[in-house]
Amino acid sequence: MTVPMAKFFLLSFKVIMLCLAVDAVFEDQVGKFDWRQQYVGNVRFAHFDAHLQSSKKVILATEKNVFAAVNTRTGELFWRHVDKNGPEGNINALLHHGQDAVLVVGNGRILRSWDINVGGLNWEIVLDSGSFQAASFVGQQDTVKNVAVLKKTALSLHYLSNGHQKWIENLPDGETVDYQFVYSGGTGEVYVLGVLPHSHIAIVTYSVDDGEIIKQVSVEAPWLSNIQSSCAMVSQGILMCMDTLSTSLYMLDVHAQTQMTQIPLESLGLHVAPDFLPVLVSAQPNPSRRPLSEFLLQLSPDHYLLLQLNNGQIVTLRDFKPAMLASFATTGDKTVVAVMSPKNKTACSVNLFSAETGRRLLDTTLNVNIDPNSGKPEKLYVQTFLKKDDSVGYRVMLQTEDHTLSFLQQPGRVVWTREESLSDVVTMEMVDLPLTGTQAELEGEFGKKADGLMSMVLKRLSSQLILLQAWVAHLWKLFYDARKPHSQVKNDVSIETLSRDEFNLQKMMVMVTASGKLFGIDSKTGTILWRHYLENIPSNAAFKLMVQRTTAHFPHPPQCTLLIKDKDTGLTTLHVFNPIFGKKSHVAPPALPQPILQSLMLPLMDQDYAKVLLLVDDQYKVSAFPSTKNVLQQLQEMASSIFFYLVDSIQGRLSGYRLRTDLSTELIWEVVIPTEIQTIVSVKGKRPNEHVHSQGRVMGDRSVLYKYLNPNLLAVVTESTDMHQERSFIGILLIDGVSGRIIHEVVQRKARGPVHVVHSENWVVYEYWSTKSRRNEFSVIELYEGMELYNSTVFSSLDRPHAPQVLQQSYIFPSSISTMEATLTEKGITSRHLLIGLPSGGILSLPKMFLDPRRPEIISEQSREENLIPYAPELIIRTEWFVNYNQTVSRVRGIYTAPSGLESTCLVVAYGLDIYQTRVYPSKQFDVLKDDYDYMLISSVLFALFFATMISKRLAEVKLLNRAWR
Amino acid sequence: MKPLISLKATFISFIVSFVCIKIAWCNNGRRVSDAQDAEFSDFSVPLEHSFEVDDVGRFRVRGALLLKAGRESGVSLSQNHLTQDDRIKLKDVASVDGLYRIRVPRVSLQADRQMERHMEGYLTAFVRACAMVESHLSDVITLHTDLSGTLIGISIVTLPGACTGTDVEDEVDLELFNTTLSVMAPVNAPGPETALFLERMEQESEKKGKNPQEQKSFFAKYWYLILGGAIFLMASNSAQPPAGGGREQS
Repeated sequence: MTVPMAKFFLLSFKVIMLCLAVDAVFEDQVGKFDWRQQYVGNVRFAHFDAHLQSSKKVILATEKNVFAAVNTRTGELFWRHVDKNGPEGNINALLHHGQDAVLVVGNGRILRSWDINVGGLNWEIVLDSGSFQAASFVGQQDTVKNVAVLKKTALSLHYLSNGHQKWIENLPDGETVDYQFVYSGGTGEVYVLGVLPHSHIAIVTYSVDDGEIIKQVSVEAPWLSNIQSSCAMVSQGILMCMDTLSTSLYMLDVHAQTQMTQIPLESLGLHVAPDFLPVLVSAQPNPSRRPLSEFLLQLSPDHYLLLQLNNGQIVTLRDFKPAMLASFATTGDKTVVAVMSPKNKTACSVNLFSAETGRRLLDTTLNVNIDPNSGKPEKLYVQTFLKKDDSVGYRVMLQTEDHTLSFLQQPGRVVWTREESLSDVVTMEMVDLPLTGTQAELEGEFGKKADGLMSMVLKRLSSQLILLQAWVAHLWKLFYDARKPHSQVKNDVSIETLSRDEFNLQKMMVMVTASGKLFGIDSKTGTILWRHYLENIPSNAAFKLMVQRTTAHFPHPPQCTLLIKDKDTGLTTLHVFNPIFGKKSHVAPPALPQPILQSLMLPLMDQDYAKVLLLVDDQYKVSAFPSTKNVLQQLQEMASSIFFYLVDSIQGRLSGYRLRTDLSTELIWEVVIPTEIQTIVSVKGKRPNEHVHSQGRVMGDRSVLYKYLNPNLLAVVTESTDMHQERSFIGILLIDGVSGRIIHEVVQRKARGPVHVVHSENWVVYEYWSTKSRRNEFSVIELYEGMELYNSTVFSSLDRPHAPQVLQQSYIFPSSISTMEATLTEKGITSRHLLIGLPSGGILSLPKMFLDPRRPEIISEQSREENLIPYAPELIIRTEWFVNYNQTVSRVRGIYTAPSGLESTCLVVAYGLDIYQTRVYPSKQFDVLKDDYDYMLISSVLFALFFATMISKRLAEVKLLNRAWR
Repeated sequence: MKPLISLKATFISFIVSFVCIKIAWCNNGRRVSDAQDAEFSDFSVPLEHSFEVDDVGRFRVRGALLLKAGRESGVSLSQNHLTQDDRIKLKDVASVDGLYRIRVPRVSLQADRQMERHMEGYLTAFVRACAMVESHLSDVITLHTDLSGTLIGISIVTLPGACTGTDVEDEVDLELFNTTLSVMAPVNAPGPETALFLERMEQESEKKGKNPQEQKSFFAKYWYLILGGAIFLMASNSAQPPAGGGREQS
């Protein structure tokens, strides 16, 4: 009796489950369509964990405020801690001793100690305010017990074990003297060195035990302005300084002397390269002991010297020239110098030298191949270890200008590379992969001119034959792979095997990073297929990436153009490349001597199917790229219908221009928003590759409400200059970019930015901070033409006299957001979702259905007919809407969406510190069979039915015959 | 001095919230000098237009915008005739698909704030000259202001807006402007509507409270159906074994 009951409940439960939208991935789908890559950023400090011989960790602190440990065998992260963005989380110093790593964070605000084995926090203390100068370990009797933190006005000493403050002392003459350096040589004293620029050095000696000032001296040094950049501590407390003007070394024993000894470099037979600031590097392998008496002196970009201080005399141990990089490394009681010197244009070698003698160690050569597509080597981190025969072995981690880390071992094998510039992706595009060779062969027939019937037939036959051959090979491979266990089937992706898949789900992601390095990444696996480093990129460059020619025009290679603009001068350069192979195109970009104000891609194509890029310079002259005769002719014909707009946010001016036939321009409209009241924050147009499938919405009474689909519409966001919470507001202006007509003007009072906007189809969604209610709110504006269409065949901005109807509604959102984008599909049939990057690292896929200004407050029969959700002021975050389940994406800055060949599927890439790629199905996978689709069942049913009809037909015939006989 | 015949269609409420559009029908053909004779507190700014065959902006006065002082600031427009030369020129411009442009200086519509600051520059807009000709000079000019009442943009459309290529023979049709002038201030965007929602929720809960039937649990509501079903199942279960047993016996 209970069994049917249970069945009934199970059934009803199933029905309920089916009714609920189940968007989440199943457990076995994890990692099937998505991948994530985690980065740390450009490395600022790196230390190898050396307290265990077998340790395989390198700890990194980066400019992105990340502290992480990387596995030296694989290059993967052991653990990672992401601190606050901006100066608050800035890592000022990293000290490493044994198992502890001590970090000074946020300009000396916080002192933290981490256990590097597991990445757990040992302790954290908040320091007194004051700008941070230096930090150092303080040791006594061969053990390190304390950490000294030097601030602008005070010196404090903390226990390494628990972070408690041992003592804090104010520095004498803190207002005038600039204290910059703290030093301890394991003698029970802490030395603080400060400088009064161009006057003297102040040396204060503190007792480690109670912080009492033991001694205070000031030494004449009128040539010195900065200790940190020009001095180093060598041997038993001897300060060695470099004076660039007189090109001499100065020496001072901080324990005893009160006078500096000058040693001119000429007397040592050394010469400094002109316009180069010599650098001193010393080594203190153990903070509880004195530094080595050997030190490195860099005299020119490719000249290093190993010097030794011997009884007050400086001895040259070895001269390294040419040498690109040199650094100290210690293992056990042996200290070595690793020197990297160039061999030829594409290769370098690293050698080890004994620090004590300067003798080259045998069998320590490591060859480094310099990739022409990466930057120059910048820093060398050396991991040394003792081999069984007590000789020194080593591996190196090389940091290059393009923020790449590569880990190498002898004799020159690259163990791993990390492309840390990918932690700062600025812009990206997804490009379709090319057809395979055979497919292209087939396509090629159509492009070429016909040369006789016979040869065409032969060509067709031969290409069909090639296709057949390829198909057989494919079948054979399938059969061969099927016999192997699943894990062994390798899915190697290389640039040669790349080809478009059936549904165009695999694409090439072209990513542009802030450091100026370009990447081509396979969207299916995340493998980096090509990289290209652009040198001489200004640090404040703005990038714009455009696809000029897609892969659809076969014999012509696809072409992307990257516009690099210096934000200060406005000067612009173009980099034209093939997005599939990353190679620079042979097409020469035009030289642009004038600053560029605006660039726009026209749907016009030249005879080689490259879209025309128009560049408007500050004289309002237009240049075209490519600028062939054909293009110029087309431009002349089209000129009167080419309009563009310029935004000057400093003057609050939006202006529209029209192209003239001689490629000059004329001003045709102007809108000026007074900057005293509000400033233009952003201007958003629609995406050019967006399709809208349905022209209107069917209402409950079967009439149609037509959408206002103006492709030239711009959403201009302004913020008030008055930031008082009662008077601040944000404004949204909808302007037609061609006619300059203000379609709608909205002001959201008591609101503040940052405003995130998505503008698509006939709607604008924006998110802001409500200062009145202290919460994040969403607002949606939708534009409708009304019940009838003005001109249903074509849209012209010059001929739409009636203003659209505007509907708006607002909602409360329970979280702040980082970025927002809308999904995009091939034909625009699939319903839209908003993809929202949250600061928590989640990516939320919010159905646009919930942001619909027609949501009724009172439910009526008609609204129910239309499937409108009744209005609720709060948008609820449902956990199954997170598209990235537990794959947190840190610090999302942008989301990129691209359509795939399947109408149901939209490709999504979220980038920030991490990169995450996945697919979303806003209306479920209506055009795809499920993974676990039962092919056996359906085919057996089909066959059974087929045979059943056959048999019954036969039976019927027999029966008919029998009846006829009767 | 003739008073301006002004017809104010006051608040036209839009679907979401109200837009205050003041529509002023203008009498045409009045001289600017007449308009300037009006009260001293009123302020007048020129509305200029330009249409040239070579598309170089040469702006001439088309009329004057009269801004009324006081709290309820209104705008009205008085316009000149189009002279014979202008009419011919306009038709010429239309035949080469030139532009008809208008501009106003940047001013504040609140006349009392006129003197406070002087802003440089103009706000311009355009419409195709052929549309102007084919609509017989009937246009709709909208002045857009920001929150403080300063003009930020002007827009012009003709009714009808299309250029079909029909020839306007009658010169008289191109003499008088038939202009609809309106001023659009920014709309206040609605915030999340919590009060109404809460009210509705309360009403619903009240309704539920009144109707105790609703609050009963699933079993309390349908106990008789479940019991009936259970008895039926039991009956059918108990009926089966004898049948089976009977077969065994036979």
